[in-house]
Amino acid sequence: MHIALLKVTTFFYLAGALLYLYFIITLNERGARLGRMSLMIGVILHAAGFGLRWAAAGYTPVTNLFESLSFFALTIAGAFLVVEIRYGLRTLGAFVAPLAFIFSIFSAFLPGEVAGLAPALNSYWLPIHVFLLFVGDAVFAVAFGAGIMYLMQEKQVKHKKMGAIFKRLPSLDVLDGINYRCLTIGFPLLTVGIITGSIWAEYAWGSYWSWDPKETWSLITWLLYAALLHGRLTVGWRGRKAAILAIVGFGAILFTFLGVNLLLPGLHSYSSLSR
Amino acid sequence: MGHIVIIGLNHRTAPVEIRERLAFPTEAIGHALRSLLERESLKEGVILSTCNRVEICALTTRGPQGTSEAKEFMAAYHGIPLGELNGHLYHYEKDEAVKHLFRVASSLDSMVLGEPQILGQVKDAYGYAVEFRTIGPVLDKFFAKTFSVAKRVRTETKVASSAVSVSYAAVELARKIFGDLSDKTVLLIGAGEMCELAARHLISAGVKGIMVTNRTFERAVKLAEEFGGMPIRFDEIPVHLKRADIVISSTGAPHFILQRQDIEEIIRIRKNRPMFFIDMAVPRDIDPDANQVDNVYVYDIDDLNNVIETNLEERQREALKAEEIVTEEVYSFRRWLDAQQATPTIINLRRKYEEVKNTEVAKAMTMLGTEDPKMRKVVESLASSLLNKILHAPISSLKKDANGKNQMDLVTVVREIFDLTEASERAGTGDADRTGETPQD
Repeated sequence: MHIALLKVTTFFYLAGALLYLYFIITLNERGARLGRMSLMIGVILHAAGFGLRWAAAGYTPVTNLFESLSFFALTIAGAFLVVEIRYGLRTLGAFVAPLAFIFSIFSAFLPGEVAGLAPALNSYWLPIHVFLLFVGDAVFAVAFGAGIMYLMQEKQVKHKKMGAIFKRLPSLDVLDGINYRCLTIGFPLLTVGIITGSIWAEYAWGSYWSWDPKETWSLITWLLYAALLHGRLTVGWRGRKAAILAIVGFGAILFTFLGVNLLLPGLHSYSSLSR
Repeated sequence: MGHIVIIGLNHRTAPVEIRERLAFPTEAIGHALRSLLERESLKEGVILSTCNRVEICALTTRGPQGTSEAKEFMAAYHGIPLGELNGHLYHYEKDEAVKHLFRVASSLDSMVLGEPQILGQVKDAYGYAVEFRTIGPVLDKFFAKTFSVAKRVRTETKVASSAVSVSYAAVELARKIFGDLSDKTVLLIGAGEMCELAARHLISAGVKGIMVTNRTFERAVKLAEEFGGMPIRFDEIPVHLKRADIVISSTGAPHFILQRQDIEEIIRIRKNRPMFFIDMAVPRDIDPDANQVDNVYVYDIDDLNNVIETNLEERQREALKAEEIVTEEVYSFRRWLDAQQATPTIINLRRKYEEVKNTEVAKAMTMLGTEDPKMRKVVESLASSLLNKILHAPISSLKKDANGKNQMDLVTVVREIFDLTEASERAGTGDADRTGETPQD
């Protein structure tokens, strides 16, 4: 039941992404409304599936690649909906909803059976550590979408073309505002997520920090966002520079999450493809 | 049979000297409307009078006569010989008239394609006709349809979506850069019609404040007073520039008054808060290279003109879509109008009660519990003769006064009291079309 629920949500994310794309192309309001509804249904079913799986497995189901990709899709869709409802930024859906779909379909192709928990993961730190990081990463995914939109819109204004993109995308100020807001939410989550991981590592492996690839890459990611936050607060980095850093930062997140899992073996390789 | 005519003139057919003589002042519109309907064949009337067009839309009982009566009225009312006017007047009848008003209200016939005021003016014209009771069921429906067509054009095409004047283009850009303008400050350097207009638009878009500067401080003071802004001295620009988010410049200076380095310096002091420079001066005031600086946007007059040109091209493309909508709606309105004529109404009426008769006869036969053909004949002839006697009076009055002045009213009343619905309306029209019975006026 839970596997079916987790996989079926892919269709709702796909429908949501397509409807938001339809909206941004035609500016037909109904596209945005139905897109939002579709994502909402997806998130509700997804959360239900996640809960059922948790109950069935007896532990937080974020311990292999299928589970974590699926959970990432859930947090991205959720974070987007919060931003969309709070700021009414419907065009953002065309950039963020496809991300939720991509992670969801990626997970849907992996075997979804409950595989049992590796002993090292059996800890109450598991949900805390993983939730903090995934929600933080999802917030940065929204910043990534806003960053791409910013660069597109800035190009229009700089090159003095008031074309279709100019009309559809929101103002530079609004997009930069999303960047900043996501940073102020995502960065503390990322920080606390890494700290809890470190504490947990001390319990589980006897060392706060052992420079395994995942740790190294999450530090790189953290430094990128720290630099952005610092630049914003002290010398007023904003606009183009902030948008580029949000995009690069999300690239680092993806590499920390997937690249490390798939390419660089280490202590964190619970969720590589081989498992 | 009644049909719709429109006569009038607009900015393309008549120069302003003619248009101003033919305008109907608002105070006199009631009187004008009433004297319009004193003409023999005119039953309903609406007068649209704006600075770009004067038009009379009327429902007439007799085709060409209605058109000439409306023209005569236009000439006589303003005391101008018709011969002098004729070269400027256009006239449309039936579908052409319907199409014309749809196009006017959708701003497809405007001087600036897609300008929004005209719809309001058409609504006002309709409002006067309602107020002075010179509108009846047909024009009422016609105008209601016109408003819905204009709305469709507005929502389904982008014919009115983008700025087509320099000053509006500047505001649109400011909105895309800053989003909310309510905490933004404008600096106006120099004076000139276009930059003052842009400043005015920005003020009505809700900017927080405006600073005004000029080489002669007295002019700055005067202009600042006009805008409710703050005058500053020309040589103090560098001091105040950091507070300005939007800079509109139009001085007579022979060289740049702001170099790229100046602007880089200011943007650093502003901690990269964006700045938008609108350079309306020729030769230019702002170093165009400054556009390369992050968070700085520099538009000169040519840039703005290019933007407008693209927007106008877009409007023209969208206008084609709008014309399709208009054509479609003209057809749908004609269907309604046809159904308002006597012949289809008579067909509707007969068909409806023929059905009632058949049902009732069948019911009676079941109740009698017999299939006897003789019995059936008696019941049927009873029903038929009742039906004919009842329908005789309404049908013969519909036929009798086919060209009379009250024809349309009568049709409306008959349709109302006999409850002839949309569905039967359509069936009736289709039938009439097939048998070639479509009423011709």
